Amino acid sequence: MFPKGTKRKFSDSREEPVAGGEDVNQSSLAAVRMLSSYSLQRQSLLDMSLIKLQLCHMLVEPNLCRSVLIANTVRQIQEEMTQDGTWQIMTQALSAANAAAQCSADRLVATEVLCRQTEAAQGEQVPKPFPVVGSEGCPAKEVLEEEAAAAEVGMTMSTVSPQAPTSYLPGTFGMDPCWEEEETGEDDDDEEEEEDSEECGSGSEGEERERDSLVEDTRTAEQVFGTFEIKNPAPSPDPALEELFSDVDASYYDLDTVLTGMQSVPKMGPYDLLESLSSHGPSPLSSSTSCRSDLNELDHIMEIIVGS
Amino acid sequence: SQFNLLLVMLFVTADIISTVEFNHSGELLATGDKGGRVVIFQQELESKNQPQCRGEYNVYSTFQSHEPEFDYLKSLEIEEKINKIRWLPQKNAAQFLLSTNDKTIKLWKISERDKRPEGYNLKEEDGRYRDPTTVTTLRVPVFQPMDLMVEASPRRVFANAHTYHINSISVNSDCETYLSADDLRINLWNLEITDRSFNIVDIKPVNMEELTEVITAAEFHPNQCNTFVYSSSKGTIRLCDMRASALCDQHSKLFEEPEDPSNRSFFSEIISSISDVKFSHSGRYMMTRDYLSVKIWDLNMESRPVETYQVHEYLRSKLCSLYENDCIFDKFECCWNGNDSVVMTGSYNNFFRMFDRGYRQDVTLEASRESSKPRSVLKPRKVCTGGKRKKDEISVDSLDFNKKILHTAWHPQDNIIAVATTNNLYIFQDKL
Repeated sequence: MFPKGTKRKFSDSREEPVAGGEDVNQSSLAAVRMLSSYSLQRQSLLDMSLIKLQLCHMLVEPNLCRSVLIANTVRQIQEEMTQDGTWQIMTQALSAANAAAQCSADRLVATEVLCRQTEAAQGEQVPKPFPVVGSEGCPAKEVLEEEAAAAEVGMTMSTVSPQAPTSYLPGTFGMDPCWEEEETGEDDDDEEEEEDSEECGSGSEGEERERDSLVEDTRTAEQVFGTFEIKNPAPSPDPALEELFSDVDASYYDLDTVLTGMQSVPKMGPYDLLESLSSHGPSPLSSSTSCRSDLNELDHIMEIIVGS
Repeated sequence: SQFNLLLVMLFVTADIISTVEFNHSGELLATGDKGGRVVIFQQELESKNQPQCRGEYNVYSTFQSHEPEFDYLKSLEIEEKINKIRWLPQKNAAQFLLSTNDKTIKLWKISERDKRPEGYNLKEEDGRYRDPTTVTTLRVPVFQPMDLMVEASPRRVFANAHTYHINSISVNSDCETYLSADDLRINLWNLEITDRSFNIVDIKPVNMEELTEVITAAEFHPNQCNTFVYSSSKGTIRLCDMRASALCDQHSKLFEEPEDPSNRSFFSEIISSISDVKFSHSGRYMMTRDYLSVKIWDLNMESRPVETYQVHEYLRSKLCSLYENDCIFDKFECCWNGNDSVVMTGSYNNFFRMFDRGYRQDVTLEASRESSKPRSVLKPRKVCTGGKRKKDEISVDSLDFNKKILHTAWHPQDNIIAVATTNNLYIFQDKL
């Protein structure tokens, strides 16, 4: 199906005797058809793999081996497509299409920015409000529980680019706060975080409920478009938003990092909130490990309390 | 053909069988299922010495090993499915086995009770206490025979040591320790101590985004208590020596076969992922199972396997469909016979395959009610790969990929095999 042997066939057809100019054109056409069929097959394999990765996050607990194997397959395809030059073409085409889809996101963006600006009184950079908002946002969490990680992954997949407005869907941050937190964590002190969360929580619950229904609609589009924003994020039209994310390390938005990074992140439970509030803004690199060991501890404590 | 198998027993189980394992004498056969239950079968004493029906096993004990749990912190369920069972060598009258689900390992004691004390002074036969003032004489209680009762009791619970899903457990030849392996780590336990385990392998990257390889299986060497192997999703096997260092991240040997460039595809890595690794009884060889083949490795040669057997090569052209329906991720197990001359593994359509290493013969057999007539030898099956289908052959496209044999076991001394289909357990024996 996808072995390099397909290309061997191409050279086989070229070996056929060429009688005249017309035949040359015909064999070239055949070759082009062969190549494009290979590209189509490769593309469908890529699409299938991405869907599998999203689906696997819907399960109760994803099979890590399967996820890793699928992610590696996606990476392989991506590498080959990058070498071919097809990857760049595709991302450009999709970001153009994405720009068209942005209008529905504008309203959501507005409410989110609004929320953020109320908490950032000094107007200084607030790199960390999203996850806190998300964790406070109970409606967002409800959606998460209903659809398990389907929403989570959908959002994560489209969260890839810090530049593109699509990643600013508020649902996003509600869905995967822990991961976001790791990436955007700064040296906020606890107090400021708590203030932020309180303000956002009280001020925007109504808006959050609205947001969630909108999230449902736009999510499918974002899943598809968002996935291809990975290597070459579209330039952001909104300088304010761009500024807010300027300190984010873009390497975290590589396809493979998204896909494998997801696996280490537990679904947001009520005790993750404690975790996020008490954290001192760990640096992105170490946060995954400290997050995990703290979670294990909390896990242990919970088991004792619950007596399970 | 030298494979003459008769169907002796067929059990229909309540739930999907997830593991099958003979004990060290072969007298007991344990199965674990998706519902967390363990069912132990015992070889019938009377028929043990009769060549024609030595494969007769009957239910000996059934117990609930694991219950479903809920991880409150992650809001995730922990499945009660039994991933593996391993027996301990027998030391006294009781039998011991380890059973594990994704997170917790338990040591179970299975003991028989065939007598009970009777004739208490202070208690009636039914257990009610007698009024001491009515006791006029004293007697010594004596043991009286009773109907055999098999009791299973949990003696140890080894919990909270694995963040990821446990895929293997293996008892050390020292009979004091055992290892448990999950996707990223391997822990060493003492059978007596439940609140502590030592981490001996850790392949978790600091940055989870860099994760590209997981541990798929692990096993202790049958004779050398310091040696174990673990396999990976990239088709490598690492042999580790615990004397070298406390943390065995550095392997002593790395077994890997170079990739065949002519077979390269986007699925190459997935099909190279090793689903099972088993040492031979001798300890000289080990066998690995990947999606399409079984490989035998000489522990002294890391560069390539000494033998490779194709299980179902006809699936190579179907890999895309198998990827789509997730069958490509099925984890087949494999096993050796008692003297390491034959190896066996499962396939689809309720087929299983046996490879005789000495005679260089192999056979495909089917575990199904239709194909197993009583008293008659199993007929070999053949898959037609292309062209004209002969009579009795089955074409690749007619194979049922929902009927998969993932778990098989071979009696340690005799030619008796246990084959598990989805929820049927077949016991076949050699026709002598």
